[in-house]
Amino acid sequence: MEKVRTTVPEPIVNIIDLFLYYGKVEALKKIALDISRKNITSFIGPSGCGKSTLIRCLNRMNDLIENVTIEGCIRIDDQDIYSPAVDVTELRRRVGMVFQKPNPFPKTIYENVIYGPRLMGIRKKGILDEICEKALKKAALWDDVKDRLHANALDLSGGQQQRICIARAIAMEPEIILLDEPCSALDPIATAKIEDMLCDLKKDYTVIIVTHNMQQAARISDYTGFFMMGELVEYSVTSEIFTNPREKQTEDYITGRFG
Amino acid sequence: MTREAYHKALKKLEDEVLLMGQMVANAIKKSVESLQKRDTDAAKEIVKNDLLINKKRFDIEEKCISLIATQQPMAVDLRELASILSIITDLERMGDHAEGIAKINILMSNEPLVKPLIDIPRMADIGLSMLDKCLKAFIDRDTETARRICNEDDQVDALHDQIYRELLVLMMENPRIIRMATFLTWVSHNLERIADRVTNIAERIVYMVTGKMEEINVSKY
Repeated sequence: MEKVRTTVPEPIVNIIDLFLYYGKVEALKKIALDISRKNITSFIGPSGCGKSTLIRCLNRMNDLIENVTIEGCIRIDDQDIYSPAVDVTELRRRVGMVFQKPNPFPKTIYENVIYGPRLMGIRKKGILDEICEKALKKAALWDDVKDRLHANALDLSGGQQQRICIARAIAMEPEIILLDEPCSALDPIATAKIEDMLCDLKKDYTVIIVTHNMQQAARISDYTGFFMMGELVEYSVTSEIFTNPREKQTEDYITGRFG
Repeated sequence: MTREAYHKALKKLEDEVLLMGQMVANAIKKSVESLQKRDTDAAKEIVKNDLLINKKRFDIEEKCISLIATQQPMAVDLRELASILSIITDLERMGDHAEGIAKINILMSNEPLVKPLIDIPRMADIGLSMLDKCLKAFIDRDTETARRICNEDDQVDALHDQIYRELLVLMMENPRIIRMATFLTWVSHNLERIADRVTNIAERIVYMVTGKMEEINVSKY
């Protein structure tokens, strides 16, 4: 049965009938969904359902994996990101990514944040200082680290390290920030800080988050997609998914009735 | 990742709601019976037992809150717990109405009734039958029955109007009976409110099953 395509306001990303294969294994099956600009969209589902695979398609991280074949189309701001004309480095600047485990470089906090802009050729200290301060403020870390910008980022706590990684992504002035389970290695307080920060970030950015924590998806996201075995089972306004899902499979998953 | 213990706890909670419903039904039945028999001892017993109904409500409420805090229910489970919290409030108030009838019985003491009790027991019977069907619909997730129950409320409202008019006429004819007649209008009012609260419960059942909040009690009265 053809599923109802959920319409979202001001879509920035259009995923159109996307299939992805790891070798011969079909990992994503005809995914079709739009992502709303300057909102938080979360993807939930059991392990191996394809949610991480999908967000890795959005900045072409899957290009780095051998044997991956992609069919279908992803448009960001009406541009097909898999078209040969696309500059992948520029795409990854526009679509930043933060991973499950905090992975700051073994450098100072300052160097971590300005790493990208410096690589892009910005040399002036004044400008780099400004980028660093702005990014750290947006990542809600400025007050914690402003007096020790030249300390090693690896000396920070896990939650702070993750926020450094978010600041590092923000410093590139992306339009979209992808987060793959950004809180799964963090304690509840660090998690709450990241969640608050993400809610602030959506004023300026489109945030897409993959999470195993359904309560987290319920708390912070505006739209939620539920995936199972490579298929998008249901995509809807978050409050609807968690109070009155349309699909039985969604209901069974979020109420813990299958497994 | 099935959550058996959690779903068992939910089932147990449903049983407790049923038990509370039976306690309330019993109180309503006995309150009208003791009025018919003018049995003030039975009425005192109803007043005393209302404390048990109140306690049961708090007990269920605490269990709901504990499940919400510890299990983070979602979707149909969340709607069920939210509905139970509302249903037990209605049941507890229905218990208060039964207690109200018992207290009126005690107030009337040994004075003779101004008229034979015919419509008041009929109101109670309809209200009890509505409650019984409603509790069954809750367990069966039966929205059809829940919606139909609301039609029966109209019969109770009609009887209440009829009793009120009848007593008004009696009071005009004989002002000396005003005190005793007023007691009976209160009894009728309590029964009318009981039936209204059953329709509230029916609305919660519809919400629990469909996720839609809707007013289904479109009474003519």
